[in-house]
Amino acid sequence: MSTTGPIKQARKALLWLGVIFLVSALVLIGGVIGSKTTFAPKLALDLEGGTQMILAPRVQGGSGAATQEQLDQAVEIIRQRVNGSGVSEAEITTQSGRNVVVSMPGVPDARTRQLIQASANMEFRPVIVAGAYEATPQDQLTPEADLPKPTEAPKNASDTNWITPELFKQFEAYDCPTEEGKGADTVHPADKPMISCSPGVGLKYILGPLEVPGANIADATSAMGRGQQGVVTGQWVVNLVFNPEGTKQFAEVTQRLISLPGVQNQFAIVLDGTVISAPTTNAVIADGRAEISGNFTEESSKALADQLKFGALPISFDIQSEQQISATLGADQLKGGLIAGLIGLLLVAIYSIFQYRMLGFVTILSLIASGVLTYLAIVLLGWSMNYRLSLAGVAGLIVSIGLIADSFIVYFERIRDELRDGRPLPSAVEMGWKRAKRTILAAKAVNILAAVVLYVVAVGNVRGFAFTLGLTAIVDIVVVYLFTHPILQLLSKTKFFGEGHRFSGLDPSLLGVVPLYQGAGKIRSFSTEAESARGKKNASAAKEAERRQTIAERRQAAAHSGATKHDDSAQKDSSNG
Amino acid sequence: MANLATWGNELYTGKRSYPFVGKHNLWFAIAGLLVVLSILVPIVKGGFNLGIDFRGGSEFTVSSVEHTDVAVGENAVLAIASDHHPRVTNIAANTMRIQTDKLTDDQTLQIAEALASAYGVSKADVTSTFVGPTWGQDVSKQAFIGLIVFVVLVALLMALYFRTWKMSLAAIIGLLTVVIITAGIYALSGFEVTPSAIIGFLTILSYSLYDTVVVFDKIRENTAGFVDQHKRSFSELVNLGINQTLVRSINTSVVAVLPVASILFIGSYLLGAGTLKDLSLALFVGIIVGTLATVFVQAPLYAWLRHKDADVLAHNKKIELQRQSA
Repeated sequence: MSTTGPIKQARKALLWLGVIFLVSALVLIGGVIGSKTTFAPKLALDLEGGTQMILAPRVQGGSGAATQEQLDQAVEIIRQRVNGSGVSEAEITTQSGRNVVVSMPGVPDARTRQLIQASANMEFRPVIVAGAYEATPQDQLTPEADLPKPTEAPKNASDTNWITPELFKQFEAYDCPTEEGKGADTVHPADKPMISCSPGVGLKYILGPLEVPGANIADATSAMGRGQQGVVTGQWVVNLVFNPEGTKQFAEVTQRLISLPGVQNQFAIVLDGTVISAPTTNAVIADGRAEISGNFTEESSKALADQLKFGALPISFDIQSEQQISATLGADQLKGGLIAGLIGLLLVAIYSIFQYRMLGFVTILSLIASGVLTYLAIVLLGWSMNYRLSLAGVAGLIVSIGLIADSFIVYFERIRDELRDGRPLPSAVEMGWKRAKRTILAAKAVNILAAVVLYVVAVGNVRGFAFTLGLTAIVDIVVVYLFTHPILQLLSKTKFFGEGHRFSGLDPSLLGVVPLYQGAGKIRSFSTEAESARGKKNASAAKEAERRQTIAERRQAAAHSGATKHDDSAQKDSSNG
Repeated sequence: MANLATWGNELYTGKRSYPFVGKHNLWFAIAGLLVVLSILVPIVKGGFNLGIDFRGGSEFTVSSVEHTDVAVGENAVLAIASDHHPRVTNIAANTMRIQTDKLTDDQTLQIAEALASAYGVSKADVTSTFVGPTWGQDVSKQAFIGLIVFVVLVALLMALYFRTWKMSLAAIIGLLTVVIITAGIYALSGFEVTPSAIIGFLTILSYSLYDTVVVFDKIRENTAGFVDQHKRSFSELVNLGINQTLVRSINTSVVAVLPVASILFIGSYLLGAGTLKDLSLALFVGIIVGTLATVFVQAPLYAWLRHKDADVLAHNKKIELQRQSA
């Protein structure tokens, strides 16, 4: 082992840590300057106040639980509904593949809550009239006398006799941008015409009564369209398959629509009161296999197919748990958590200094390094993955103060063990590290495994805790490798630690080691037996136990083995000073 | 420090040694007794004090209250749900907690508003929690699955790392002892079992094994190639390992318990109830029990599991002969 080896390594490791700090800090500062994120970590609802609903999906008429795919679609639908109702920043996620968690700041109104729980309502209705997206300006309204008046009872769903003067007036006054902000009503009487908007094409429609309910869709997929000879056309289409009842109903609809002129040729697919697509009828579909073509991209065709599929399988939600957390309580809890964290940190610092003297400061510095690294990770994860710190997460952070400090203790005790064996500090640090890092890695692997298992299977707020616990375990490994060990490597070369100052925490005399040089020419023999055993690289494990002899035993052995070793240690000693 | 360091030296060299392995029968008997008691306590007390997350029901926390009058809260609840029995408690300064039986979600929100006006605070100061009847089963089921998955995976991990399934087995048996005893103490304390407490329990698993891994690592190092030396028997080597890591065990558990204790203190006295308190009590007890179990149960158990192995027996015989001749 060359003298410069460990120092070089240590400098390199510290440099790496510096690079990690610098890069993360620069990314963060860049994000803040670009006002994409803030320096403060994002807080979860239990600290910030807000509403959290945990919903269990219930498949209507279906068998048991919803599949992950259905759940994902349900999340999409809920997201659209919540965003549509004017609530910003709502977060909707699935948990453990079984529950949907809706979190939003503030308190949702009754309508939003109802919307969240309701199942998707998909309907096929014929188009009767189309109009501009916005309300018709006052001066262009149809005069009272020219309003369409029904002449007889409507014969079918496409019949213009459905339009009463009142309905038409309502239609002209209907302003889609305004209505959208309110959130659409999901349920409309099936046997009545309705007014609906299509944000996709920017039109509003008067639609006839319900003709095919969404439940009669068997499947919907997106694919490349095929021409008459089965050649791929390069156009994305949505393939729609009806169940037998739907096939019959859809055949009747297309039969009628194909001969109708203009917009009456179109049928509208209505999801939760909004037209998601209004294709024209090009053929009578008698086999229940329809193809919707248009200016689809791969994404938009897939989105429509997903919506159709979801509409085909109405899922409603049972509220498993609903929490409306007051911002006051959240702030109290956060304050309490931070105070607890500070007290905990202080106690650990005091105990470390009491136990390890100056080494205790290495613990404190390492804890600070871990703290900064954890902070950067949490803020950056908040930015990139929308990770939010919950109270359980804060608890996890506080608990991890102790767990992180534990690895330093494991390491320090190993160094002390090596010192007790009579090694000088620099090599005790190297040997202690060699052994300690194995132990630390194995122990941290257990922590990380626990965190991962908890995170994957947990429901509720367990996840926040598991996340911080796992994160800090990784941070701990990084800090021990790139900070604590390099710092000790450097410190072991200093006079204060190297000579085992009595406040260094590594005072050999306290550790039961008799100094090599005892003054007045008295020189203790070096424990050569241990040294030779250690010196051999790859010393067989079989020798391990013998090395664990007591110092007294070792000294005895050394005394037996004669004066040559005396000279040996004397030389070593003289070189020291 | 001086004394503890000297003590540590003596433990390290073997000059001072505590019979963790030697008296294993005593330790196992105590551990067994504690396990039995821990199982009996909840039975005698009529089960755990389950929080609303497991019972289903509604809970309200009203902050910034000026008059902590219990009757105000009771009346507010009874005005909306007359057949319920609200439990109103003043959990911390200016904070009231009101718990009720199963209400509907809508009733819960109505009561939250009623409580706000009854206590003269704004709606923003009322936290309401509604828990449906099946949610608790869900939480417990997932926690149980988590426990099983973790135990199986960690048993494999340890068997691979230590290259002996007996260490793994000893660790897991000790782990279960820790969990049962901690649960018993929790039941005795009468604290509510909430999802936060469950998190605490699952974390104990992690901490307790962490501690065991550190001690086992030293034992593994000490006992590697034990047949090639004739100074100490296998169980003496195990015992030496425990003693050598004793100072470390004490230091790590003290350092781990200090932050948890501060959460427990703040959670109990400043905030009254909630995530922090429930979580930290389980952890506080678990860390202490876990450290003790490593030293008194897991490590001696490993020595005991190995004591009938052919190599250990043969080695013991050799040492006995040597000692007699000496």
